Amino acid sequence: MIEALNLSKRFQDRKRGEVRAVEDVSFTCRPGEIYGLLGANGAGKTTTLRMLATILEPTEGTARLCGHDIVQHPQRVRANCGFLSTATALYPRLTAQEMVEYFGRLNGLDSATLKKRIDDIFERLDMNDFRDRRCDKLSTGMKQKTSIARTLVHDPPVMIFDEPTLGLDIMTARTIIEFIRECRDRGKTVIFSTHVMREVEKLCDIVGIIQSGKLLAEGTLEQLRQRHGENDLEEVFVKIVTPHYVPEAI
Amino acid sequence: MRLTNIWIVYHKELTEALRDRRTLITTFLVPLLMIPVLSVGFTAAISAVIGKAKKEKPRVMIVGGADSPTVVDGLKRYPKIKVIPTSDDWKTQIIEKEIRAAVEIPHRFQENLEKGQPDTVRVYVYRGELKSELAASNIESYLKEYRDTVATERLEVHHLPADLLKPFQVKQQNIAPPEKVAGAILGGIIAYLVIFMCLNGGMHPAIDLTAGEKERGTMETILSSPVSRTHLVLGKFLLVLTASLITAALLVVSMGVSFTVLQKSSVMEAMAEEGEPAPQLTLGPAAIASVFVMAIPLAILFSAGLITISLFAKSYKEAQSYIAPLMFLVVAPVAAAMLPGVELTPKLAIVPLLNVSLLCKELVTGEYHWNYIALIFASTCVYAAGALYLAVKMFQRESVLFRS
Repeated sequence: MIEALNLSKRFQDRKRGEVRAVEDVSFTCRPGEIYGLLGANGAGKTTTLRMLATILEPTEGTARLCGHDIVQHPQRVRANCGFLSTATALYPRLTAQEMVEYFGRLNGLDSATLKKRIDDIFERLDMNDFRDRRCDKLSTGMKQKTSIARTLVHDPPVMIFDEPTLGLDIMTARTIIEFIRECRDRGKTVIFSTHVMREVEKLCDIVGIIQSGKLLAEGTLEQLRQRHGENDLEEVFVKIVTPHYVPEAI
Repeated sequence: MRLTNIWIVYHKELTEALRDRRTLITTFLVPLLMIPVLSVGFTAAISAVIGKAKKEKPRVMIVGGADSPTVVDGLKRYPKIKVIPTSDDWKTQIIEKEIRAAVEIPHRFQENLEKGQPDTVRVYVYRGELKSELAASNIESYLKEYRDTVATERLEVHHLPADLLKPFQVKQQNIAPPEKVAGAILGGIIAYLVIFMCLNGGMHPAIDLTAGEKERGTMETILSSPVSRTHLVLGKFLLVLTASLITAALLVVSMGVSFTVLQKSSVMEAMAEEGEPAPQLTLGPAAIASVFVMAIPLAILFSAGLITISLFAKSYKEAQSYIAPLMFLVVAPVAAAMLPGVELTPKLAIVPLLNVSLLCKELVTGEYHWNYIALIFASTCVYAAGALYLAVKMFQRESVLFRS
């Protein structure tokens, strides 16, 4: 369960002055559901998800993950969620197994549980071939699998994916999409951000459309289509976003 | 919440560091090789140059002296110089190092000598040129011998005792034990090297663990784990500190070995004053241990400082450019402590870096001023704690971690 309550984030930029990256965003995602945050580049997706993962602290408002407040108990929140983005790289000089072990230990798993968990995950993701290979020697697909294993090792009830398929080839991207779906099927709460309409159509139970830091529309795909009288999601998105769209300053 | 997280972070950073060639080179290879190369190699080279210069018979010219055959003959027979026929451009020849020095015998020198009229013999030397100065001093030592002979002869003529002009002798006698002589010579350098190595050893890991982590994109990964930022930075700090201390310790060890080797060679005897024992280069374990203990809070200060500074950078290269000026800041006070005459005062005892350098200089010579030791250790600990606090604080700041 994720409950975002009036989340806001402002920061100072030397050139642009105060930047309102996220403004008063509230939403709820429930276990067994995939919530898709759809928005253009710079819309505030990453900042929102980083706040949920407690990597950034909100300027105002808060959120609760599994009942834990992100401002008051950031460590408990992190222990209950797995965070994956294209920016979350692996340690090049650790092997795939060491990488996953490290995060398991930081999550407080004891050796026996950790070993069982790792054997399990490595089997499931078909990772045993490159278990002891250093992360800097892995292919993109192997790296992505290792990252997934890293987010899964403590079996968190909440999964946060920030543009997880950005820059990946089709096959690797499919692995990720498959994985997100599997998370939902296992009853996890899943939120992910993207600007790819296809992914939203394939995956999301609820869609939130975000632009200029504001959550402009929310609902199931069907609800959004009906509300805006369009069948194509892209058209729906354009209709919602256009009045608020400010091209990025060059 | 759990402190074991610091250990988990430390353990992981250690694993990575031991697989990083650059860390291995700066932490292990540099300190192990630097001293042998610097001390043994350098001293050997210097003593070879000096030895060669001493062995070589310097070529000199005699200007004038046609009417003073005695002194000219004496100079020609003097074994420590080689007199060659005079040419008019003798000055140019000295400048161009064709000859090393020249001696000018004044007109009617011998005649004046016999008459008892004072006169001046000039020795031309190229100051700053080792071989030229050596030649000049050889000429001078002959002239002094000759002058003494003349003086003795004159005294004899008047039936006066030979030691009339030397009613008493003056002689310097060294009472500093041999190890203190070496300590005074080496103390400053040892402190300098240990402090420098503490900084140097921590530099690469500090950058790699902060700016390097940002650059590789693993910062966001680790921040999404439940480890608290304080524990994370402390784990990283401990690794940097380890590297810094290992580097300094290896330096001390390799120094001990190098000096023992040097002691066995004949270099030190060449440095000794005549009739005195050669200075002892072997440092006692107590001296080494005390220098090392003083270096610990300093290593903490450096490690925390390096982490704080490189955390600001977005990339390894950027961090390096921030740290380069820091090197000067560190080297300046430490080098100042090597200057002769700069000694510990209560005021200097609270100047960071300078105080430890000065103290190490004394520790190496076996002086233990406990009140200074306590003051310096305490003040350095305070600076170190301040730097560590700053590092931890910086790690909490989003504007630093996600600087764009």
